[in-house]
Amino acid sequence: MAIFVNQDTRVLVQGITGRDGSFHSKGMLDYGTKLVAGVTPGKGGQTFEGQVPVFDTVADAVSETGANTSVIFVPPPFASGAIYEAADAGVELIVCITEGVPTLDMVKVMPYLRERGVRLIGPNCPGLLAPGIAKLGIMPASIVAPGKVGLVSRSGTLTYEVVWQLTSAGLGQSTCLGIGGDPVIGTTFMDAVEAFAADPGTEALVLIGEIGGDAEETAAAYIQEHVDMPVVSFIAGRTAPPGKRMGHAGAIITGGSGTAADKTKALEAAGIPVAPRAVDIVPLLRERQGA
Amino acid sequence: MNIHEYQGRDVLRAHGLPVPPGQVAETAARAEAIARELGLPVMVKAQVLTGGRGKAGGVKFCASLEDVTTHAGNILGMDIKGHTVRKVLVTPAVDIAEEYYLGMLIDRRSGQVHVMASAEGGVEIEQVAADTPELIHHLDVDPRFGLLDHQALGLGLKLCPGEVKKARQIGAALQKLHAAFVDADASLAEINPFIFTPDGEGLAIDAKVNLDDNALFRHPEYPEMRDRLAEDPSERQAREADLSFVKLSGNVGCLVNGAGLAMATMDLVKHYGGEPANFLDIGGSSNPEKVVNALRIILDDSEVKAILFNIFGGITRCDDVAQGIIQAAEQIDIDVPIVVRLTGTNEEEARELLARTDLVAATTMDEAVQKAIELAGTAA
Repeated sequence: MAIFVNQDTRVLVQGITGRDGSFHSKGMLDYGTKLVAGVTPGKGGQTFEGQVPVFDTVADAVSETGANTSVIFVPPPFASGAIYEAADAGVELIVCITEGVPTLDMVKVMPYLRERGVRLIGPNCPGLLAPGIAKLGIMPASIVAPGKVGLVSRSGTLTYEVVWQLTSAGLGQSTCLGIGGDPVIGTTFMDAVEAFAADPGTEALVLIGEIGGDAEETAAAYIQEHVDMPVVSFIAGRTAPPGKRMGHAGAIITGGSGTAADKTKALEAAGIPVAPRAVDIVPLLRERQGA
Repeated sequence: MNIHEYQGRDVLRAHGLPVPPGQVAETAARAEAIARELGLPVMVKAQVLTGGRGKAGGVKFCASLEDVTTHAGNILGMDIKGHTVRKVLVTPAVDIAEEYYLGMLIDRRSGQVHVMASAEGGVEIEQVAADTPELIHHLDVDPRFGLLDHQALGLGLKLCPGEVKKARQIGAALQKLHAAFVDADASLAEINPFIFTPDGEGLAIDAKVNLDDNALFRHPEYPEMRDRLAEDPSERQAREADLSFVKLSGNVGCLVNGAGLAMATMDLVKHYGGEPANFLDIGGSSNPEKVVNALRIILDDSEVKAILFNIFGGITRCDDVAQGIIQAAEQIDIDVPIVVRLTGTNEEEARELLARTDLVAATTMDEAVQKAIELAGTAA
C-alpha cells in the first residue's frame, strides 16, 4: 500500500515535451508508472516514446485517456496556470515539480484546489515514489525498495540520501514523499503524517525537516496524540546562520523562530528522536522498531 | 530580495499611501541641498538593508542645515551591523502624536497573506510579539477577495477604539498596503510606524518591503532596484552565476546539490569538528561552467583549505557532474585538495571517471566530510 497513489493511478505529464519533462517522463515509464498522456499546447497529436499520446489540453487528455493524476514540469511563469488547468479538468492529484513559482501564485491557487477537493504536492518538490506502484516526479528509482517505512521530507537530494540509506539497510519504503521547500505548498507535513497514519501499509515513519516555519512542530504535536508507529526525524540546518534567507518576521505569527534547536526540542518533547547525522536514522529506527 | 526604505517608499506611494516627501543623498552637501529644498526640520536616515539603524545612530533629527551636514557626514560611511551606509534619506521631520505598526507577510501555515496591526508602533515588532503578543491584531486575507472594507476598518478600530476617522485612515492604509503587497509580489511589507500628526493626519514614515525572488521575472524594473554594493561580493558573484551561496567563516569549501543536503553537509562538517566555509547549492544543473563558477567563488576565499563535493544524483547525473568537476579542475588553478562524493544515477560511471584523476573519491557522506576536514587541517 501507499499514500496518495494506488493501482488505479493514471498519470499525465504537463510539459512532457520539454527537456526535464521528457527526461523524467521516460524515467516514470521505465519504472512502470501508468503514464497515459502528455500535454503540451501545440504538440497535440504527437506521441511520446512511441506509446504516450500528447494532447493540447489537460481536458482532452483526461477525456481521452481517463488520467486522474498530473505531474507538472512547466516553467515557473506558467506553473500556476498548469495547476488550474489540471484541477479544472477533474484531475484529483497534482504533483508540481517546478522550482521558482512565485509565492503569491500559490496563495491564489490553494483555495481553487480546496473547493474542488484536489490534492497538490509541491511545488518545488521531487514528487512521490511508491515502490512497486508508481513514480510521480524525479526521485531516482534505483534507490528505493518496496517495504513499510513511510518517508516525508521538505528537501530533494537530502531525501534521496536518506532513502538510499534505508534501502541499503534493507528497510523498504511504502511511499517516499517530497513535499517541497517553498513557503506555500499544497500538501504539508501534517497532511503527509495523517495519510501515513491511516495507511495500513506503513508501519514506521521518517520525517526529514529543515529550518524555517513550524511544520515540524505541528506534526510533532499531532504524532504524539494520534500516531502509534515508530517515528524518527532529522532536521537539516543546525549550523545555518540565522536570518540569511528569510526575514525573522515569519516567526512573529507563531512565536517560534523556526530554528533547528526549536524543532528538535518540539520533536523530542513529543517522544520523537532526532538523528544527529543522516546515518543515525537507520539505527534509531531499528531501535524504535525493536522497542 | 530586500530593498531600501527609499525604494519601499516609492512602492507605497505608487499605491496611494500617504508618504512624506524626501530624497536620497550620497554626500553631505547633497543632503544639505535637499534639506534646504524641503525646509527644516528634517530627519536624516541611513539607508541600509538591516534593522536597528536608529539604535546605531543612523537616524538623526536635524533642526539646522549645519546639523544636516554634520549628521549626514557622520552617517554616510558608518557601519551598521556590517552594512556600510552609502545613502541617506532626507525627509521632513513631522510632529508625531501617535505611532502604529502596520505589516503583512505570507503565512506559511494558512498559505495566505497575513495582516498584523498594532498600537505598539515605532518599536521592534519582534519585541512586541515576544513581550505582549495580545497587542498585535492578526488577520488572514482571502486571496479571492482581498482585504475587505469591514476587515480593514475593523482592524483600524482595534487600533483606535472609538475614533472612526483615524480608524478609517488606518483601514485605507492597510488596503493600499495589501494592494502594494500583491502588485509588487512582496514577501513582507511593513510600515513602522504609521503615525498621526497632532492634526490627525496619517503618514507612513517608514517603509520596509521585501520582494519575492521567484516573481522577479514579471517585474523587469526590479533588478534595477537591487543594491549590488550592499551584497557580499562573493554572494553577488554567486547570484549572478545562478548559484545559491552563503559565505561562512570556516575552511572546508562545500559544493552540494540541493539546499537540504547542503545544510546537512554543513551540519556534518561541524559534527566532525570542522568548519564549513560556505553554503553552496549548485542546483540541478551539471554543466561544467556552473561548477567552474562555483569553484572560483569558493577559491576566492583564502581561508578555504579543502573542497568537498557532495552530490546525490536525481535530476543531475553523477557522470555529468564528474565530467563537470574534471573539466573545471582543468580550467582553474586549484592548489587545495578536492574530495568528491557522488551517489545516485550513473554513480559507477562517475567513479570510473574520477579514478583517472587526482581527486579524492569517497563513497559515503560521512567518509567524504571526514576526509575533507582532515585534508583541510593538514593543508593549514
